Amino acid sequence: MSEAHAHPEHVAHHFDTAEQQFETGKFGMWIFLLTEILFFSGLFVVYSTLRNNNPEVFAYAANHLDTDLGAINTVVLLISSFTFALGVRNAMLGQRKALTVNLLITFLCAGAFMGIKYQEYTHKYHEGLLWSGAEHSVFKEDLSKVLPSVREHSAHGHTNAIADAEAMTPEFRREVGLFFAIYFCLTGLHGIHVLLGMVLIGWLIRRNARGDFGPHNFGAIDFGALYWHIVDLIWIFLFPLLYLIA
Amino acid sequence: MSSEQNVNYLNCSKGFSSWFWTLDHKRLGLMYLWSTIAAMFLGGIFALTMRVELFAPGAQIVSADQFNQLFTLHGAIMVFLVIIPSVPAALGNFVLPMMLGAKDVAFPKLNRFSYHLWLLGAIFFVSSMLATGLDTGWTFYAPYSTVHSPAYTAVVLAVFGAFILGFSSIFTGLNFVATVHKMRPPGMTWFRLPLFIWAIYATGLIQILATPVIGITMLLIAVERILEIGIFNPALGGDPVLFQHMFWFYSHPAVYIMILPAMGVMSELFSTFARKKIFGYSFIAMSSVAIAVVSFIVWGHHMFVSGQSPLVSIVFSAMTFFVAIPTAIKIFSWVATLYKGSINMATPMIYAMGFLWLFGIGGLTGLWLTTLETDIHLHDTYFVVAHFHFVMVGSALMGFLGGIHYWWPKMFGRMYPERKGQVAAVGLIVGFNVTFLPQFVAGTQGMPRRYFDYAERFEIYNQISTFGAFLMGLSLLTILIYLIRSIKRGKLAPANPWGGATLEWHTAPIPDPHNFDNAPQVGDPYDMEIFKWDETEKGYVPVNPVPGLPYIAQPKADSGDSH
Amino acid sequence: MSSDSHGHGIGHVVPIKTLLGVLIALLLLTGLTYWTGRMDFHGWDLKIAMVIATVKASLVCLIFMHLKWDKPLNAILFFIALIFVGIFLAYTVTDTFEYEMNVDALLESQR
Repeated sequence: MSEAHAHPEHVAHHFDTAEQQFETGKFGMWIFLLTEILFFSGLFVVYSTLRNNNPEVFAYAANHLDTDLGAINTVVLLISSFTFALGVRNAMLGQRKALTVNLLITFLCAGAFMGIKYQEYTHKYHEGLLWSGAEHSVFKEDLSKVLPSVREHSAHGHTNAIADAEAMTPEFRREVGLFFAIYFCLTGLHGIHVLLGMVLIGWLIRRNARGDFGPHNFGAIDFGALYWHIVDLIWIFLFPLLYLIA
Repeated sequence: MSSEQNVNYLNCSKGFSSWFWTLDHKRLGLMYLWSTIAAMFLGGIFALTMRVELFAPGAQIVSADQFNQLFTLHGAIMVFLVIIPSVPAALGNFVLPMMLGAKDVAFPKLNRFSYHLWLLGAIFFVSSMLATGLDTGWTFYAPYSTVHSPAYTAVVLAVFGAFILGFSSIFTGLNFVATVHKMRPPGMTWFRLPLFIWAIYATGLIQILATPVIGITMLLIAVERILEIGIFNPALGGDPVLFQHMFWFYSHPAVYIMILPAMGVMSELFSTFARKKIFGYSFIAMSSVAIAVVSFIVWGHHMFVSGQSPLVSIVFSAMTFFVAIPTAIKIFSWVATLYKGSINMATPMIYAMGFLWLFGIGGLTGLWLTTLETDIHLHDTYFVVAHFHFVMVGSALMGFLGGIHYWWPKMFGRMYPERKGQVAAVGLIVGFNVTFLPQFVAGTQGMPRRYFDYAERFEIYNQISTFGAFLMGLSLLTILIYLIRSIKRGKLAPANPWGGATLEWHTAPIPDPHNFDNAPQVGDPYDMEIFKWDETEKGYVPVNPVPGLPYIAQPKADSGDSH
Repeated sequence: MSSDSHGHGIGHVVPIKTLLGVLIALLLLTGLTYWTGRMDFHGWDLKIAMVIATVKASLVCLIFMHLKWDKPLNAILFFIALIFVGIFLAYTVTDTFEYEMNVDALLESQR
């Protein structure tokens, strides 16, 4: 049987071989990704029930989302997935410099995604396109509670949400607010995961600069990429569900 | 050779840092043990306070609002801080890698992180207590928790605490599932795994799949409370029943997180203390996974009177009847194991016998609750309270205490005092029955739960119940005291006091930090005959020890294939 | 040390052409999603969008996430998770749909 204390440099003491360590790490990361899927599934359940019960509300409310920005964000994330997958290749082949470049591009794409997200969020904030309970929302059941600043912004804004809101019944207004509630929850949670991914990528860039990765030790890159692909995957579903409700 | 040998996992390093920053699963298991026991006593104090209040109708020692806070904190602490982590995190961490024949879990650093998360979650809960006012029930139903409850800070702190504890649970489950899949030594096939490992594995599957949903639900409560997002608030067009669906999607499987590990302990206890191979091994193994799967499709039985549609209620009710089947298979197998066994009524076995009674009643009373017509009458009465205490406390606690006493010698190299153990176990079981049996009666006669006052006619049941509660408290306190004292003053334990055949009994009296230098040879985990009683040792010794490794018993030559 | 015939260390290296091909496919499918999103398919919109999204997701899982070459256990685990999400969705959406009718009936009767 294998000698207990003689093991290769990168293998932890409780593993017998490097292969076991890698396989186990990958398996562990897949289990973690499952938990992420179940985590988001709660919000998908909320989305599904709200949309199922108020289809016209969702169809209307989705008009207030900028489909083009959503599409650009989708493309940006897909490219970042590609570059991260390239990075895994680089690590396996010992191509350190190429790995740094690919990781940096991935990082920048993520940054671009967050930048566009920031744009979308601030735009909605100014025009009052928020959930009904928010102070700055135009979709309050009782329109007299809408802030004057929001009224003004909305009237000069993209779609004049306040005029639309005034044409609705209070119940409809409330439900439009619910669309924005789930919109912000879904994209907000996703955005937090993008930010966490950026921290992860930054850490990997740093470790790579120290020469940690190579053909015999690329687990962290591989597993980090898996995480990033799940973040991309979730957005692949969010885009049509939120932005493309005809 | 039961003398304390040179280096073991307890004495290999000293000081707070060596424990707080340890990566050794055995030390982590012990820390979880003390932490969950401490939390149990805290939750128990709340319970006893409630029982004093409920001794007679009308206000005794607390106001109505304070009573609401008491049952909320009692429930939240017991569910999130005690029962869910206790057997898997405390006993599972200590035992699983050794029982598997591995040197540690798959991800030791993650394991340590899980424990630190438990501590952090506990701090949030305690802060929530100090912030005062948490009166939502441990179920946090919206819109009371998200809008109407005055306890703003307490709610937010508590749900963040639950969120963090959820991650502690997820990472533990992740670790155990990965360990069982990837760290088995050669020859340890799936159907040679001890049943405790099957149970922990099935539990891990539930932890991984269900806990994230409570995570998002708790986050949504916080977001609703802080930002008034409105998803569960009818005044903003939201849906409060949706909250219940999300909450119970986790919380029902959660009760199986509580019971499956205890059942795993029972498999070990019945086999070892009847000195007999477990009956129906593969049925018990597969029923653990079956229970885990079925647990996900029955959550609506908590919601029969919530406004849930009749169609879905019928489906949930039918599925819940179904889950009784794999459970019954286990009970029959355990009882069959006792038949013609050589029974040793040591303390762990008393807990096992107690389990049969308590879980029998708990499980059977569930049938009335899953039947739609009777549930309408019994929902939110003391019948429900008694039912879940029989299964959660009665049974899970039997598993926890039975396991603690069983593995105590392996943890500390000392025996607990046997006579005291037996008396306290009986006291606890009797006390438990006195506490909760009257509550079934009170419930069928209509006494509602979560009320701090009640009608005169229920008084006698409440008085009996309160007496029982104090008997339980006394027994538990006795157990705690003799266990603590035995650490320094108990009789030195042999390597295998009970004659168990699973691999953790093939280690030194107090295990080495690395468990095994080389993976032991794997045989039948329930072949009792590889150990024999040794009078001088006052314990069991291997019939065929491995040369040079006196604690490891070789499997019999014909015990299954080795490929 | 695991035996690896390529001598590149552990595991299978995905060729650049494959990765690039998948990226292009994904971008094209995104375009398709965008384009069909602007049309009206009389109730089939959501299903079409979800089918395209599923194809994209499968490409990401199989190629980018390496499931095509991994041991089946990882993919099985992934599927199992999706099944449980399905169970969660099925029960909850059915229930809210069913009792929503009761809620609407009640609101109607109160007008």
